[in-house]
Amino acid sequence: MNRSLRPLLATVVIFLIAYAAAVFQFPGLLSTRVLGNFLTDNAFLGIAAVGMTFVIISGGIDLSVGAVIGFTGVLVAVLITWLGWHPLAAFAAAFVVAAAFGAAMGLVIHYLEVPPFIVTLAGMFLARGGASVITQDSVPIDHPFYSAISSLYWRLPGGGRLSFVGLLMVAVFVVGAIVAHRTKFGSYVYALGGNATSASLMGVPVARTTVQIYTLSSVLACLAGIVFSLYTSAGYPLAAVGVELDAIGAVVIGGTLLTGGYGFVFGTFVGVMLLGLVQTYIIFDGTLSSWWTKIVIGFLLFLFIVLQRLVFAASARGDRVAEKA
Amino acid sequence: MQDTVNREQDAADRATGYRMEARQVSKIFGTHKALDGVDFGLLPGEVHALLGENGAGKSTLIKILTGAYQPDGGAIFVDGEEVHLTSPLQAQTYGIGTVYQEVNLLPNRSVAENLFLGHQPTRFGLVDRRRMDREARVLLKRYGLDIDPSSELGAHSVAVQQIVAIARAVQLSGKVLILDEPTASLDRDEVQRLFEVIASLKRDGLAIVFITHFLDQVFALADRVTILRNGRLVDTRRLTELSRTDLVRKMLGKDIAFSGSTSLEAERPPTELLLDFKGYGRKRSVRPFSLAIHKGEVIGVAGLLGSGRTEMARMMFGIDPADEGSVTLSGKPITVKSATEAIGHGFGFCPEDRKADGILGDLSVRENIVIALQGKLGWFRALNRDEQLDLAGQFGEAMDIRAASLDMPVKLLSGGNQQKVILARWLATDPAFLILDEPTRGIDVGAHAEIVRTINRLRDDGMALVVISSEIDEVVAYSSRVVVMRDREMVAELKGEDINPAVIVQAIATHGENSEFEAEVTA
Repeated sequence: MNRSLRPLLATVVIFLIAYAAAVFQFPGLLSTRVLGNFLTDNAFLGIAAVGMTFVIISGGIDLSVGAVIGFTGVLVAVLITWLGWHPLAAFAAAFVVAAAFGAAMGLVIHYLEVPPFIVTLAGMFLARGGASVITQDSVPIDHPFYSAISSLYWRLPGGGRLSFVGLLMVAVFVVGAIVAHRTKFGSYVYALGGNATSASLMGVPVARTTVQIYTLSSVLACLAGIVFSLYTSAGYPLAAVGVELDAIGAVVIGGTLLTGGYGFVFGTFVGVMLLGLVQTYIIFDGTLSSWWTKIVIGFLLFLFIVLQRLVFAASARGDRVAEKA
Repeated sequence: MQDTVNREQDAADRATGYRMEARQVSKIFGTHKALDGVDFGLLPGEVHALLGENGAGKSTLIKILTGAYQPDGGAIFVDGEEVHLTSPLQAQTYGIGTVYQEVNLLPNRSVAENLFLGHQPTRFGLVDRRRMDREARVLLKRYGLDIDPSSELGAHSVAVQQIVAIARAVQLSGKVLILDEPTASLDRDEVQRLFEVIASLKRDGLAIVFITHFLDQVFALADRVTILRNGRLVDTRRLTELSRTDLVRKMLGKDIAFSGSTSLEAERPPTELLLDFKGYGRKRSVRPFSLAIHKGEVIGVAGLLGSGRTEMARMMFGIDPADEGSVTLSGKPITVKSATEAIGHGFGFCPEDRKADGILGDLSVRENIVIALQGKLGWFRALNRDEQLDLAGQFGEAMDIRAASLDMPVKLLSGGNQQKVILARWLATDPAFLILDEPTRGIDVGAHAEIVRTINRLRDDGMALVVISSEIDEVVAYSSRVVVMRDREMVAELKGEDINPAVIVQAIATHGENSEFEAEVTA
């Protein structure tokens, strides 16, 4: 079996065991109602995590995601509520701003050879600061179009609701998976993460691909910001603080190697669901502080990093011996 | 100089039509002429070996042929048309593909993707994996590889990866294949496999440039050879017209008939045995050898670049530890599994590339001198500044290091002085055994003589030294014994009168087993 599938398989198995255990304790967890809410509640995180998956597979990191989500929320809210724009026009404007922002980060990373960590950290401060300069307060969004989309859902058998945003996240994951595994752009992303020098010698357009990757991440963060504003019906400059770290966590738990080159978009989906499960479990339990979520996530992350280390270190040796025999 | 090019042969070859040709190419870096009016012609269906020692201009010529460098003078022709190569990618479009020693592929992706990356077959805008795997399988079969194209490249041996790299290069280019030391990290069976692939490509009419340090491989595979030295063309010949000795002589620029000088040191009686290496070797690096080293003895190591000289030094010092054989120190068996352990036994090592492996450029002369001693003492017994200055002053003076101040960064010193700093560093640890890898490379003539004097002085003080050098005259001047390395094997140990340039060159060049060789020199 392809060794990069092993961490993914481990994530799936751990998710199933955890879910089964949770259902055993709280049978109410096994319902389309809970599952539907899983998707809705984690939609913005999931969408941002798809972008993060591409970035991490390429060997980079994007710390600006949470700030872009916050900025997008504020921008959209201000355009709609203060300036009276139609939400679709506001969305379009937000996408343009985010794409330019991501492309600029990609350009700096490639041409000035600054590590992505630093560039996107600067991007994080810029976006967060920019949002706070526009407004310090939460700006409510009250528009018929907004309430229409945010209450749009399909009824699932068993009384659950599949909301529009939940479906949107699933669609982003499906498209993301196709792009990653079935397009030339996807193969270039993996190539960069494998060995950037080899990639450029093999003719991978390194500059273009780098810019595209960070543009994609920012655009998806923008989409996540729109979803977040649909979810909260407001724009707040301090919204989604630290979401980039949750996204990185979901990506790594989903079996993507933090050093790049290996990973699956589907794994990130399972990672996001696992984080959602932990949160839901703690809410169901009711006696635990919500900070336990962080502790469990921290523990899971640690576990997965150790697991990847073992899988990749062991199979690197094992496979080669098999080849010789 | 006898830089005669066989004009007649040249004219005959040109008439048949070069696939690729470099005419009078020059390349200048600063004031240094890396290539000086070199002609290089490559025929279709030939394997053309490119030979030369360090600094000969080999890699510069390759980089010009692959488009990585642009020549400052001269022109490049492909099929008789002048071309301007601006990058390796653009050179690919002219049919020029390159495979490097370090496999430049993606170990994290499938074999098929490595073959087709950037040119994957698509269907409805998406990569058609099934077709890609099918085409990959057909392609690999031609190279005698029956592997699963969807398996990860990194899971395969270096030889397989190397063949995949060749397959990719041929697939995308198809006229000229440049192999830059493809065999350096392969074992014998793997080399054989690679040779079969190269031979079949040759039959298909591909023009192949083959760069290697292994003379046996040159004679086994190449049709013609071009030898460079100091940026100039020495000769281009058919291998059938050239003996091994002539080849080595041309590479080293040594006239075999010169001075019959032998080492004075050869007459010294052996003293107390210090180190005794028995069957000492490392897989894929150095074939097992045995060597006894006495106190007050300088063992000169001669051999061409890539013959295993440096690998032997690194193995003795524990950087790449031996995986077979044993060694005793003053009669007691010891192990040398790491550099730290080696330092503990009283070993010292001045590496070949002092910029990369030796000096710590940004640290001061003082810090560079005390660092090995500090390492030996352990970090809990820190030398204070006064002790450091004292030591640095003492050894700095002993080595005659010319620095404005001992607190000056080492990178500001000349090459010769840097070398002396490294020597001083090891002398401060009071070693019993010192390994010097190319101690005189890249330093001026005056400093050269000083280093040689220092080697002689250390020997007289009873230290045992192993000194690796490409300068045969130098080896002759200070060695008590000379060992000759060839193709990662110790092929001769020369004593007494045999320590003279003619015998050494002969030993480097000779083909075959040790015994044959010994018969030849004693005859």
